[in-house]
Order: sequence, then structure tokens, then C-alpha cells
Amino acid sequence: MSELRLMKGNEALAEAAIRAGADAYFGYPITPQSEVIEYLMDQRPEKRTGMVVLQAESEIAAINMVYGAASSGKRVMTSSSSPGISLKMEGISYLAGAELPAVIVNVVRGGPGLGTIQPSQADYNQAVKGGGHGDYRMYVLAPASVQEMSDFVSDAFDIAFKYRTPVMILSDGLIGQMMEKVVLKDERKRLTDAEIDEKYGSWATTGRKGRERNIITSLYLEAERMEQRVRKLMNKYQRMEEEDLRYEMIHCDDAEYLFVAYGSSARIAQKAVELGREKGIKVGLLRPITLFPFPKKQLFELADQVKGVLSVEMNAGQMVDDVRLAVEHKVPVEHFGRTGGIIHTPEEILEALEQKIVKDGSIRHHTTREPSLL
Amino acid sequence: MEVLDIIRPENQVFCKTGLMTDATLTYCPGCGHGTAHNITMEVIDEMGVVEDTIGVAPVGCSVFAYDFMAVDMTQAAHGRAPAVATGIARTWPDKYVFTYQGDGDLAAIGTAETIHCCNRGENIVIIFVNNGIYGMTGGQMAPTTLPGMKTSTSPYGREIETMGSPIKMSELIANLPGTYYVTRQSVHTHKHVRKAKKAIRKAFENTRLKKGLSFVEIVSNCNSGWKMTPNESNIWMEEHMFPYYPLGDIKVNGKLKQVA
Repeated sequence: MSELRLMKGNEALAEAAIRAGADAYFGYPITPQSEVIEYLMDQRPEKRTGMVVLQAESEIAAINMVYGAASSGKRVMTSSSSPGISLKMEGISYLAGAELPAVIVNVVRGGPGLGTIQPSQADYNQAVKGGGHGDYRMYVLAPASVQEMSDFVSDAFDIAFKYRTPVMILSDGLIGQMMEKVVLKDERKRLTDAEIDEKYGSWATTGRKGRERNIITSLYLEAERMEQRVRKLMNKYQRMEEEDLRYEMIHCDDAEYLFVAYGSSARIAQKAVELGREKGIKVGLLRPITLFPFPKKQLFELADQVKGVLSVEMNAGQMVDDVRLAVEHKVPVEHFGRTGGIIHTPEEILEALEQKIVKDGSIRHHTTREPSLL
Repeated sequence: MEVLDIIRPENQVFCKTGLMTDATLTYCPGCGHGTAHNITMEVIDEMGVVEDTIGVAPVGCSVFAYDFMAVDMTQAAHGRAPAVATGIARTWPDKYVFTYQGDGDLAAIGTAETIHCCNRGENIVIIFVNNGIYGMTGGQMAPTTLPGMKTSTSPYGREIETMGSPIKMSELIANLPGTYYVTRQSVHTHKHVRKAKKAIRKAFENTRLKKGLSFVEIVSNCNSGWKMTPNESNIWMEEHMFPYYPLGDIKVNGKLKQVA
């Protein structure tokens, strides 16, 4: 039954995994996402649905347990936070290369290095540009509320199995830790072993019962075959752009200026839109919900309408590169962001828009732009 | 006896293992991997559990194990096979899950995965082929390389002072309560092959009985890496490897055999 609850983002995500019919979760504690495994352990999902939950010896082991379960057709998830995600990158590259479905959650904290345990969006590049080695992409969902932390879990599994690809839910310490009301989805039944054999028997290593044997690998030593595999992956990513791009536009119809922001930053930028409009600045917000694929075409078109774009991120400027590529120099694109775990206020964001974009219209050249950090 | 009589099934004394593919082995002539593959597949075949068997291939010489073993197989990242096998075994508890790993994979880059998988007592079989060298990458020093042994990264011989002593993985993991069966075998003579096959059979029987982790180390040669002929390498193995890595059971039915 769907039900209304007050929950932390991390808990809502964990509950959603049980309800999404996940077969397994493998994880390792790290702040600010440890509530995911704590909640799961507390819920005894092995009794509720038969879901396996195991605390691994490291993030590396956890992602490889995910690889094992995924290779045998199971719905499997892991979660971590920035330094832990770096450790998982090898496994993620293998998942992409071997074309395995899995959900990886990053509740981002500040970096580089051990960084801080405060919220951040500094893992945008790592999530969107690959992170691990080789030619691959991850489908990346960016929740902006506790509700989306819950909703995106089953969406992520659906995409993972539709394309046989790793999917990342790129959250942050703010969404993970804050409490909001959330409507939980109805429970989806876990597939039986027989159903898995039937649905995924064409590729999954479940034991060669009544079929040819299956092999899961990402190794192709013949150049032509390796290139074929890379092409296959690229076609998949192309299809994601065509069929599964997600974004939201807020007050964009009459906008003269545009914020681009995702996740926590989008929540705050939405307030800045209201403040701006109260002051008579016609500003809108484009919120990419998927960071890969990215709403390139929408941005390209909006650039014909607006006088300038401000990319608002809790980092030193990462998504702004993708915004600039999409806008193709039609109008100025600037970045505004705080780092170190500092969360920008709506007032700061509006002020940045006024100073960097509105102030001197649309004639400023990129090479003269000021440092984007405060 | 006519030729037709000879090829009758009841007169057949040997045939190719049904669960080995027709692919040409990529191992060097004289290497023990082919035999280790063969007896592993014979055991699966004889137990009649191929439909429920899932193997995990490592990185190293046996990275292409899945080309030769005709069972469902997943190729793991370097050293991660025990974690990958854990993921499979936990979500398919009634399957026969095994890893096939070399010493660089299992005892260096994958030490953590090996120890914790053993410590949790995962219901799987680990087949560990120890030839004291990194074969695939061209004969570099392994964690199991013997003291004084020359490799491409220890060209003057392994120095204990700077490079530490070779790790005895079987003795190490036998001390973990999670392991049920730990044994060290070899496949360089007929007698040893038969014993090793028995050990592998016992290991898979343990999986059937859900006894937990079975670990079969196979001390093997690497004639290419050791820069010897196959025969020389087997003699060298007997003279040098076996004293350091003594053959025999180390832990049986969850009990240590003797203090190593």
C-alpha cells in the first residue's frame, strides 16, 4: 500500500529499495549515507521480501558483490558517498563494460580527498563524465527531494534493466539527511528464480539449464570486437538521450534569464526564481533530472530566448561546462557555487545572477569573467 | 577385436571431458592450468550439477577460463572474484559457485576479498593455482614468489629484507573459523592429479551440503615464467616449492589437521 511518512532521504531510499523488489543490497558505512544500510539492516528485509543485505569489507568488495549478483540477473543496489564512490569506480567501469544492470547511489559530500562530510555537488564530473576507465557513460538521476529519493529507486532499476547498464542516483548530503514527507510506492514483488531464468536467461549466468552457457565479461582482446562493443555501448547511450531524458522547467515561458541547477541547488534556485520575479527580474529555472542524458537541446533552444544563464551548483564549477557546450556561446553562461559544505542561500543566488549576468547585459566575453567562487 | 568393438562406449577407457570446450588452450605447453581446469570440470560433470554451476574467472593467465570451461561464467576484476562469488552465492544460495584464481589475483590485489570471503564462510569453492609468479604479465614477482627466486621485478632474487616473505595463503585462511575445508594439492603427476581431483570433489560436495567455504590450493609450475623446460620446472617445484608449500590437507570438516 502506498503510504505517507516523514523520513530522512537516506531512509526513504532504503525503504524504496525494499519496495522496488530489490534482491540484494551490498554496502559499506560512510557518512553521510550510513542510514541506508542501517535502515535496511533494521527492517530485516530478508524476512519482509527475501532481499539480501550484506555489509561488505570495503566499497570495492561491495561493488563487486553487486557485479556478481547483477551478472546472475538479480536486482541489486549499493550506496556510498564520494570517497567510497571513488573506490567503486573500477567496479562501475566493469559493470558498464560487461553490460550489467545495477543501481549505485552517491550521497555526495565535499572533496577532494577525505574532504568534508557536509553536502556537496562536487562529484558531478565523476558521475557524468565516466569516473572509471574506458569509453562508457552512466545514466544519472539527480533527486531534489526526499520524495524523489524514494521514487527514483524503482525508476533506476527499470532503466538499469532496460539498457543493461549501471545507473547512478546522484544525491547529496542535504537530500540524504533532511526529513520530508514522502509518499511511498506500493511494494513490487521480487522476481522468482524461475522468472529471472525466463526473463534474463539469454544473458545472465544462472546455470546453463536448458540453454547454451552464458558468459559475462568485458574483455575483448581483438581490436575489432572491442570496438564493436564500444559502439554498442554508444548506441545505448544515444537511445537514452532519445527515450529517457528527464528535466523540469520552472517559469521558463517568459524568462529573460535562466538558472540551471539540479538536486539541492535546484530547490534553492527555485526560491531564487520567486525572489527574482518579486523584484521584476524575469528568471526561470531549468532543472536537469537526468544529468546524463543532459537536456542539451532544451538549453540550446532556451538560449535563443534568454539573455544569460547562471549554472548554480554546490561545487567550483562542473555542470557549467555542459551548460556552455549546450548554449554554444549564444549568450553568456556563468557559474555560481559554494563549496566546503556551505549551502548557498536563495538571496546569494539571485545576487550572483544580478552581478554576473543581469548587470551588464549580454556583452561580456567569457575570457574576462570573474572567478566564479565568492 | 575389431575397430568397431574398440569404440563401443563400454570399451572406452578415456574421453575428452564433456565440460571442456573445443577451444584451444592458451596456456603454455607444460603448464598445470589445463589439468586443473580439466579436473574441475570433470568433478562438475560427474556430480551432474552443471545446470546449477556458476564459475568466476579471475585476471591473470586464467582470465579466459570461461573460454575453456563449458559452464556459466562471470569474469571478475583483478582480485575481486571472491566478492563477485559472494554476490552470486548470496542471491542464489542453492547454486554451486566457484572461483578459479591465481596467486597474484588471490594473494596480492585480492587479499582483502579473499580473507573476508573466507571469514564469512561463504558457501563457495575457491580454486587457487599458486605458481609463485605473475605469468600473464610476463613473469613478475608474486606474493608467493620464493626467497631468492629471480623474476623480472626481482632480477637478483627475492630479498626478504625488502620484499617480505612469501605468503602461505592456505595456512592463513585455515585459521579463520569461516573456512570448512582447506587443502594443498598439485597436478604434476598422475598420482597428484587423482588426489587433487578428489580434493576438488570434496570441496564441491561441501557446497552441496552447505558447509561453507572450501579452499583448494594447487601448487603449480610456470615453466615460461620460471624460464625452464616443463620437466625441469616440475623437478624444481618438487625441490623448492613443496618444502615451502607442503602438500596435504590443512583443515578438514572445519578442524585444523596439524599446526603448520
